[in-house]
Amino acid sequence: MTDHINSESEQLHQRLEKVWGNLPGWGTLAAVNHTSVGIRFMVTGMVFFLIGGLLAMLVRTQLALPGQTILSAGMYNQVFTMHGTVMMFLFAIPVLEGLAMYLVPKMIGARDLVFPRISALGYYCYLFGGVIILSSLALGIAPDAGWFMYTPLSDANFSPGRGPDFWLLGITFVEISAISAGVELVVSILRTRSNGMSLGKMPIFCWYILAMALMIVFGFPPLVLASILLELERAAGWVFFAVEGGGDPLLWQHLFWMFGHPEVYIIFLPAAGIVSTLIPVFAGRPLVGYNWVVSAIILTGFISFGLWVHHMFTVGIPALAQAFFSVASMMVAIPTAIQVFVWLATLWGGRVRYSLPMLWIFGFLVIFVCGGLTGVMLALVPFNWQVHDTHFVVAHMHYVLVGGMLFPLIAGFYYWLPHFSGRMPSLTMGRWVFWLIFGGFNLTFLLMHLTGLLGMPRRIYTYEAGLGWDWLNLLSSVGSFVMALGVAMLLLDFVFHFRYGRRATANPWGADTLEWATTMPASSYNFVSLPDIHSRHPLWEDPGLPQSIAAGEHGLAEIDHIRRETYGSDAVSGQVRVILHLPSNSWLPLRGALMIALLCISLLLRIYPLALLATIGAVFVLLRWSWHNGAHPRADPLDENEPVDPPLHSRTCDGPGLWGMVVTLMANGTLYASLLFGWFYLWTVAPQWSVPEDTPLALWPLLASGLVLSVAVLVFRNAATRLRAGNDVHLQRRLWLAAAIGAGHFGLLLSVLLNAPLSPQSLAHDAVLMVMLIYLLFHGGLATLLTAMQAVRVRIGYVGVRLPYEPMVLQPFWTYTLGVFWLAFAAFILLPMTFGAITVGGP
Amino acid sequence: MLAFAVLVQLAVMGAWLGAMFGTQHSDDEQQLRRQRQRWIIGGGLLLPGAAIVVLLAVGIPIGHKLLPLPTDEGEALRIDVTGHQWWWQVHYPDSDIQLRDELHIPVGVPVDLHLTSADVVHSFWVPRLGGKLDMIPGRTNVLRLRADSADTYRGMCAEFCGLNHAHMKFTVTAHDAGEFEAWLQKATTRD
Repeated sequence: MTDHINSESEQLHQRLEKVWGNLPGWGTLAAVNHTSVGIRFMVTGMVFFLIGGLLAMLVRTQLALPGQTILSAGMYNQVFTMHGTVMMFLFAIPVLEGLAMYLVPKMIGARDLVFPRISALGYYCYLFGGVIILSSLALGIAPDAGWFMYTPLSDANFSPGRGPDFWLLGITFVEISAISAGVELVVSILRTRSNGMSLGKMPIFCWYILAMALMIVFGFPPLVLASILLELERAAGWVFFAVEGGGDPLLWQHLFWMFGHPEVYIIFLPAAGIVSTLIPVFAGRPLVGYNWVVSAIILTGFISFGLWVHHMFTVGIPALAQAFFSVASMMVAIPTAIQVFVWLATLWGGRVRYSLPMLWIFGFLVIFVCGGLTGVMLALVPFNWQVHDTHFVVAHMHYVLVGGMLFPLIAGFYYWLPHFSGRMPSLTMGRWVFWLIFGGFNLTFLLMHLTGLLGMPRRIYTYEAGLGWDWLNLLSSVGSFVMALGVAMLLLDFVFHFRYGRRATANPWGADTLEWATTMPASSYNFVSLPDIHSRHPLWEDPGLPQSIAAGEHGLAEIDHIRRETYGSDAVSGQVRVILHLPSNSWLPLRGALMIALLCISLLLRIYPLALLATIGAVFVLLRWSWHNGAHPRADPLDENEPVDPPLHSRTCDGPGLWGMVVTLMANGTLYASLLFGWFYLWTVAPQWSVPEDTPLALWPLLASGLVLSVAVLVFRNAATRLRAGNDVHLQRRLWLAAAIGAGHFGLLLSVLLNAPLSPQSLAHDAVLMVMLIYLLFHGGLATLLTAMQAVRVRIGYVGVRLPYEPMVLQPFWTYTLGVFWLAFAAFILLPMTFGAITVGGP
Repeated sequence: MLAFAVLVQLAVMGAWLGAMFGTQHSDDEQQLRRQRQRWIIGGGLLLPGAAIVVLLAVGIPIGHKLLPLPTDEGEALRIDVTGHQWWWQVHYPDSDIQLRDELHIPVGVPVDLHLTSADVVHSFWVPRLGGKLDMIPGRTNVLRLRADSADTYRGMCAEFCGLNHAHMKFTVTAHDAGEFEAWLQKATTRD
């Protein structure tokens, strides 16, 4: 009997594996599966962590004794710049995103993320971007202006080398990857939960990831914009940050920290999510105050966007603004304290099992509370004035980041190791690793608080003897080497683990969440069948769930159609609404990323014709990608026997594509808002802001192009509304019409741009205006192109009355394009006219 | 502040260890729930709330004193300092004295430093005299300092400014009133 069941579930496994497995050999590079991509993110992130750590060792070696000359000043500047850059951009964010990409679908009972090809594209963008940045270090021309890249130090005058270009282009590349992963995680969490898993039944980890992903969506665009502007200033001489011509170096600082502070919480939240996941498991009780934690997460997300100025307390901003940001900075202690006490309360009264992950969580608590306390001190402006940019801040930041991120991450690694390997971690070895890293860390950084209070500034490559800093620095360096030893042992532990670890039993920690219902190591499809979920703790409610899932007793177990399928559910209630058909292995992500990498390199080398070619190539690949959708033979050709209840997502009007578009537009809108911020900031604050006598734009053609755009959007919306109502008469003709009118708008706008006497190299006003016009042109052009493509697809039969999905995805993009046009018109033409800043010339 | 921080740190660690290794306190679900609620509200809301209020109550008046407001002690002495890669240009507008990498100030008199930069962002900092303030091209920030005793104070650039950032240092010499006048006299005639 048992054999019979086993062979049956074995057959199910074989059939699913055939559909879901990666291609053999090199074909594995075409993998889009979240398990493979998630692991790749994490492994790559760990490699970058080791590189970043090596750079830190160089720094500590140099500072161990006063007056050392192991590194020259120039080399030291490269090393500390790269240490910060690698740790923040190439380690912390990607590793956490990788962990989230790996875990989230398994926790919410899905077989993959919603946009698998985007996962793969994100990974390759990250890998190539990281390699490009690091190559500068190998060439000895790494950026050396600090990881914050303050202008004017990083501009073409003061950094004539290529270093900052590597940083700006490489980081932008990596950020694209981060944002795409953010969009994907948001939509996956909202739209692919198990049947019945309402928001309130979602594992707490997913709340943390949802918040993190949304913060990435809103937090990264300001830096992307700032990087683009600075690169334009460096490569083309456009004025944004230089004082002459009306720029302002402080604009860079604002944009950088609008990203930089949320970034800290983007790193902290998923790590706290690990803590909130592990503690209930080891306390053997549900998390006390789930609702408290959810509120704390949301509160943290909001407050963190109101704090960026606290990195700029010493730039001389008005006292009232300082007081506001100081209070806001302290406020963030409240949601953090709520979480700490929720954890305490959960442990309190639980029957706590001592284990390796818990040891790391204890380490996290000690270090993080200390970092939080020094953080509250730093939020106090007078104290901040004193210790800002000293080693005190270095110590604080490492307490928060290492304590708040690395320790929970390692706890999580040990906790989920059985998932990757099917084996259990070793307690003896793990204890050694813990005490070495914990001891080494505290020796290094606890003393550094004192070094900073004694007045040692940051970012100096050497110091004189006899200032009272000598022995502190020596001990810090010794501590850092102890920590490095711990990290080396950690690696060794992982290697031993995969070879000799004890075999894990099913659900080895007695956890409550669904990821432990998969096989270990996890299969490519996660679950043979997709269960209904009625509780926050499915495995505690029904310990037999893993078996019934594997036996195919729940939903979507049939796989004769060779589609990769998972459920698409309602964002709030979690009720199943559609069957998502997910794309299979594809080379397009790799090709797309290669094209973007080529673009990046040609911009670095300033070979602009090649850059143009690469852009065309990238656009081609991405359009081809979007071509393989709907009823395309590689996707879901219409079929008489296709499922109707629930239907396939490409047969509906409210699929995840629409959600993905909307979330992407949120990120895009943040970029746009940052540009508007830049405009208003420079206008009101820049010391030498000046505007041309007459508006450089031809007003009437500009107005006409806006009106034409409005008509195009109306025509498109009309077609989409009819399609939604089930009417596709003249659909193709209407789409062609919308595309043609859109092309008219594009042409008019282009002629306005070409005929405008703009001099972006001497006036910040013109430079910002130029960027805005190019932004509008890009959107008008893209909307037109995609609409023309839709028209062709209607003709071929990939889109139609039974396949209304794609025009619905495109519609918000048209609306957005219209919105940004008129907003720009108001901000750049109407407002300055009202304030009399410019006079309007005739048409 | 430090003592309080240490206290909180120890208390949280103690509670954690107690919670981890302590025995079950009560089996009564109702009572346990009330206890936990108290934990969260007490530790999560009241504790940080109270700490913030105290910090602000102490911090805001101190911050206010640091502002370059008009004083009743008479006119503050004005000195213009301009940061360069990697040296300090010092100018006394009243007496037109030009100095490099050194400042001289009278003891007990507020001094307003008008800070700006000729190239990249620098930051003016004399650790023993007080806070730092950035020197930003295109703007002037005013920092008020007051030395309480005659001495020579070390100062340095506190915002990373490129290759020789570590060597961008200066001294501030505070003189007693009479001595300062004498120095001023001498420096003016020397020019």
